[in-house]
Amino acid sequence: MAASPQALRPPQSATEAVEQAIMGQRRDWRSVVFELALLASLLIALGVLIWLLTDIFIGAIPVFQERDLVDFLTAPTSSNPLTAGIGQALFGSLLLMLFVAVLAIPIGVASAVYLEEYATDNAVTRLINTTVRNLAGVPAVVYGLLGIAVFVVLLRPWTGGPSVISGGFTLAIVVLPITVIASAEALRAVPGAIREAGFGVGATKWEVIRYHVLPYAMPGVLTGTILTIGRAFGETAPLLLVGALTGFFSVAASASVVERLQGPYTSLPTIIFSWSRQPRTEFRELTAAAIIVLLVLVLIINGLAIILRNRYARKW
Amino acid sequence: MRESGETMTEQQDGSVAQGSSANGQSSATLDGSAQAGARVETMQRMKVDVGGGGEQKSSPATENVFEVSDFNAYYGDFRAVRDVTMDIPRNRITAFIGPSGCGKSTLLRCFNRMNDLVPVAHNTGRILYHGVDLYDPRVDPVEVRRRIGMVFQKPNPFPKSIRENIAFGARIAGYKGDMDELVERSLRRAAIWDEVKDKLKQPGTALSGGQQQRLCIARAIAVEPDVILMDEPCSALDPVATLKIEELMFELRDEFTILIVTHNMQQAARASDETVFLTMGEDRAGYLVEKGPTSEIFTNPRNQLTEDYVSGRFG
Repeated sequence: MAASPQALRPPQSATEAVEQAIMGQRRDWRSVVFELALLASLLIALGVLIWLLTDIFIGAIPVFQERDLVDFLTAPTSSNPLTAGIGQALFGSLLLMLFVAVLAIPIGVASAVYLEEYATDNAVTRLINTTVRNLAGVPAVVYGLLGIAVFVVLLRPWTGGPSVISGGFTLAIVVLPITVIASAEALRAVPGAIREAGFGVGATKWEVIRYHVLPYAMPGVLTGTILTIGRAFGETAPLLLVGALTGFFSVAASASVVERLQGPYTSLPTIIFSWSRQPRTEFRELTAAAIIVLLVLVLIINGLAIILRNRYARKW
Repeated sequence: MRESGETMTEQQDGSVAQGSSANGQSSATLDGSAQAGARVETMQRMKVDVGGGGEQKSSPATENVFEVSDFNAYYGDFRAVRDVTMDIPRNRITAFIGPSGCGKSTLLRCFNRMNDLVPVAHNTGRILYHGVDLYDPRVDPVEVRRRIGMVFQKPNPFPKSIRENIAFGARIAGYKGDMDELVERSLRRAAIWDEVKDKLKQPGTALSGGQQQRLCIARAIAVEPDVILMDEPCSALDPVATLKIEELMFELRDEFTILIVTHNMQQAARASDETVFLTMGEDRAGYLVEKGPTSEIFTNPRNQLTEDYVSGRFG
């Protein structure tokens, strides 16, 4: 320990001995190198992100300068870049989100309640839990294949083939495992002591879950599910498979709700994919502008999740 | 066995002082604790008879609430409680003492079938509650828990308003009366009304630990149970809050039968009428060593193990 040069001279007093021992000038080089490496990693990651965003923003400038924002947001897809807009894509994406919310959230939460509160811990339950976790990691394009087989082909009489209904069901299945996992985590975070308290005053299992466990887990469940909706919002591959259109299409103004739901559709990420493959520079600009709209929407969704989480954050 | 030996040593430190004071006057113990605590109005409100808990009651033989016979509790293959046979008298405070891991809490949780919630738990033998076998297949555990309330080791109020904490149990039990009146009465009986009457809408979790525990007691008595089980209710509390709970237990004894598990022998000595001493055997299963009036257990135990334990010679 006392390898510092000062220690060569024998200390004259106790104070000096302590001084020599604790006032060493040794630098902790490994720590410095480690810190710099961590900082460099962070800067690389941030740098790439900023580069990407800047590129997109610069690319999108002409669109926002030359076009009316409302016009861009509401105009239908077109082969003419000067009039093409993302109206149909926005409409399609919002409808898809509605499907995801209505289908995935109730089924996902219900599955999680069953797995966490009712299922006994045996081999079958563990297998189901593992499977759900693995399903969450399956690439979305695989679910797209499932979507073709089941919703587009098998259930064509109801879904109308490649339609918003098919797309919505497919996306709901894509996010379902994640919804189950997020909800299960939120339920597990409710302390066992709260359940015991409920049982202790003579509540039934249903009453404990209905009046205590579920309400206390709800903020976590909502945060998790909203984040999954955000993920579904940006999903492209499965929609390309279940027939989201990449080009111009039109829907008769007189079409009924069912006809619209069973008819052709597109979504924001699909349009971005399609435009990015067009050779004309105007489409490049439109692509950038559409990406910005997508980013803003995803940010809003994630922001909502953060607000909910902070607002209902609970200390036990 | 080595593990349990260590636990015992650990506990010994805590209980040396307790054992010696327990042999003396319990009122002296009280004074000591009062000085150790803060000088607050609690002390003035302290009832004289609190210290008298250790004294033997010369009351006539009372009816038994529980009659336990040959009771064994298991977790899977492990036997946690072995061959317990005893009676629990009505309107008395019965304390369960013993070293860590001797099955006190397990036994307590079997009295209202709370241990049913542990998937691997099962048991043999009988616990008669007013003559009815609690583990008869026809018995509804929910109804059992409505009559046999519980206060837990760590205060666990619902993260809802103070009022809702009290009202929940009554509402699910189908209480149709005046809820405000019930809330006030329950909080008064738990000696916490004055502290919370102006903030009934605030969350119960915002209270101090001692207040939370009294809120939990109020929650338990709001459903008018017959018995209250307390699983180390003061282990997370400071001495002042502990005394308040003990004072409260004596007030509640007139209406309820109280079973309390405690690690604190001082507490058993001053705040119970009957004491049950459990310890564990070679197989780590807890068994009943001795049961009797608290004053006898602490001053004149019949069993050497009991004497060693209450005098702090082993944990």
